[in-house]
Amino acid sequence: MTPIVKFLWLIPALPLLAAGISSLLSKKQRIPAAALAIGSMVISFFLSCAAFLTTLHSEHGPFREIGKVDWLTFGSTTLQLGWVLDPLTGIMLVMVTFVGLLIFIYSIGYMAHDENFKQFFCFLALFAAAMLGIVIADSLLLLFVSWELVGLASYLLIGFWYHRPSAAAAAKKAFITTRIGDIGLMLGMFWLYSSTGTLLFYDNGNGCLEQAALAKLVGELTVGGMAVSTAISILIFCGAVGKSGQVPLHVWLPDAMEGPTPVSALIHAATMVAAGVFLVARVYPLMSASLTPDITSTALQVVTWVGAITAVFAACIAVAQNDIKRILAYSTVSQLGYMMLGLGVGGVAVGMFHLITHAFFKALLFMGAGSAIHGCSDEQDIRKMGGLRRFMPVTFATYAIGMMALCGVPLFFSGFWSKDEIIASAQHWKISQIPFYLALIGAFLTAFYMTRQISYVFFGKHASEQPSGKKQDRKQEVHKPHESPSVMTMPLVVLAVFAVILGFIGTPAWPWFHAYLSGHPAVVDFSKLAESIGLMTVSAVIVFAAIGLSLAVYLKIATRSDRQVDPLQKAQPAVWTVLANKFFIDELYEATVIRLHRAFATFSDWLDQAVWSGIVAMISHIIVALSWFSRKVDEDLVNGGFDHGCDGLREGSRELSRFENGQIQRYLRTIGVAFVALVLILMWGCK
Amino acid sequence: MSAPLLHYVIFSTLLFCIGFAGAVTRRNAILVLIGIELMLNAANLNFIIFWRYGVAPEVLTGVVATIFSIAIAAAEAAVGLALVIAIYKHRKTMQVEKFDTLKG
Repeated sequence: MTPIVKFLWLIPALPLLAAGISSLLSKKQRIPAAALAIGSMVISFFLSCAAFLTTLHSEHGPFREIGKVDWLTFGSTTLQLGWVLDPLTGIMLVMVTFVGLLIFIYSIGYMAHDENFKQFFCFLALFAAAMLGIVIADSLLLLFVSWELVGLASYLLIGFWYHRPSAAAAAKKAFITTRIGDIGLMLGMFWLYSSTGTLLFYDNGNGCLEQAALAKLVGELTVGGMAVSTAISILIFCGAVGKSGQVPLHVWLPDAMEGPTPVSALIHAATMVAAGVFLVARVYPLMSASLTPDITSTALQVVTWVGAITAVFAACIAVAQNDIKRILAYSTVSQLGYMMLGLGVGGVAVGMFHLITHAFFKALLFMGAGSAIHGCSDEQDIRKMGGLRRFMPVTFATYAIGMMALCGVPLFFSGFWSKDEIIASAQHWKISQIPFYLALIGAFLTAFYMTRQISYVFFGKHASEQPSGKKQDRKQEVHKPHESPSVMTMPLVVLAVFAVILGFIGTPAWPWFHAYLSGHPAVVDFSKLAESIGLMTVSAVIVFAAIGLSLAVYLKIATRSDRQVDPLQKAQPAVWTVLANKFFIDELYEATVIRLHRAFATFSDWLDQAVWSGIVAMISHIIVALSWFSRKVDEDLVNGGFDHGCDGLREGSRELSRFENGQIQRYLRTIGVAFVALVLILMWGCK
Repeated sequence: MSAPLLHYVIFSTLLFCIGFAGAVTRRNAILVLIGIELMLNAANLNFIIFWRYGVAPEVLTGVVATIFSIAIAAAEAAVGLALVIAIYKHRKTMQVEKFDTLKG
């Protein structure tokens, strides 16, 4: 075993240790807590780099080594936990630790004024540990445990400002919604274990993702003629749907923006939500297993459709939002849909490439948004911002790069290459062309809403610059925005650089990323570029059209106030209302699922009060009667009898104690008389 | 063998009874002690008598027992007198019937 594989478990263990130690620190030890979290991340980052470099060398097929330990032994069965190092793990490790590290550093600036600073870093480190645990897991069980820990960390961090009722509610919503998906994952895990007898993914031929187990799973049929592998895949995908905010379980992700912005960047944009995509990529052999290899498996078709629908659905909603972070949240949901779509139609490399590039530019966008919010004194409504490009040049420049990467502006931005690959794969999908068109529509909408957001936030004039007549209406003085400290802007710059250059590892001309994942050497071939030039032109035209349209509509807006009516709202009030209210999904759930639960809860409450408490009351009355009876028996029979006996003894003793008067001679006399009597009795008896 | 066994036994019985009467009736603590000594000597006498008239007069068992008994009687007398003196110092009296309590 390569040494780095032996010590791979250190990568999640170090942040976990940091979280454990910092949980013991006192509230005032802010610097040690931050130093611990960041220090552990730095070491994990270097270890991850070493692991990544190890995966680069492979002679035949992808590099793969595993380590495993026995966890639980019951009877003759042993449950094993393990970790695996392969290209998928390697690239994810580097991404998570690197983006995580930058966000940790950024948090120092963003959370500087928060009194629970130490706790924040403790939670962040816990989150990083759990996420890295998911990444290295070679066992569905370890993955599931880390998965739930990630959910816990997410809950703690969304509800970090728990004194706000909305944050507390959002934390609960996130936790419960993802739990619905996790039930599916758990059932899938149980089924997988009962069918294959192992939860290790790769185990030198015995793992559940390897040939023998897959062949068995594909061969068995279950309800409705579905292969067991399909059923298990779909159950596992349920977990991914919950975690990655796919339709219909996407509702928690936009609400999760109640958390501090670094959390939104780290958890709800870059890493945790990608865990669902990663899970699908990890169990891809199971997902794609089918008897007819040339047709996409049923499970992957489900993944594709869910992804495609989510991509467009969330993008539509994002158009009509006014909260800077909510727009990004819906954009994340939409991009996660793209990743799922990519996994479904193109395979691991296509989806994972978008995951990696998205992690960088979405973290960049969120942190840029955080910087803007910070600079505008915690204002999140894009209609009240404006003109920030002059006040915050660094934030503006990096944000613009992130925005162009997300929109997929051609050639120089990573998002273009990764998204284009998904669209190209969708075009070549044999089953249906609809996902391809949905992806194009999604791309158009993405460019549109991002341009809308950037024109609101960074162009035009800020409220503090507006004519003085307007200003007097306002009750409070509007502060001028300011640029954020360098501890916040430096990570932005680093991420912006990566948002650009990462695209070049996966272009059609030099598909290094695919080659890396499949373990082949990458070949430079510019003719491939020519093949896909047609589609690239189409998507470029779409993107530029959307940006142009959006600029034409939104750049004109001069005034900045929350009374501002959106031009789209004027044009199509009905459509706008539907979009602004997120297709009324929350209301729909409120009216159906939640109402059902509430009715059931009311019924249970009634049952509790009327039936169960009646039974309990009856039992308690019976017990009272029994105890009264037993008290009577105790007092009258037991105590009375005993007292009587005692009285008798006391009287007898009093009589006897008369003899004991201290007159020694009298005792002696008594002894003498008794002796004589004894002698007489003996003599009489002897006769 | 000058006198029959019965004479000695009667003698020792009388001695015991005199001692017992003295111990029971006298009020002076020292006289009570003397009575007790008489009873003890009667018992010693019995040892000697029954040894001499017993199954093995050639073995000195009776004498040895008596010597032990006398030694113990001496010790007992010493302790008894010391107690009597201690009580006298405390109570300023020799009357036995006044010594009816163990509490000082």
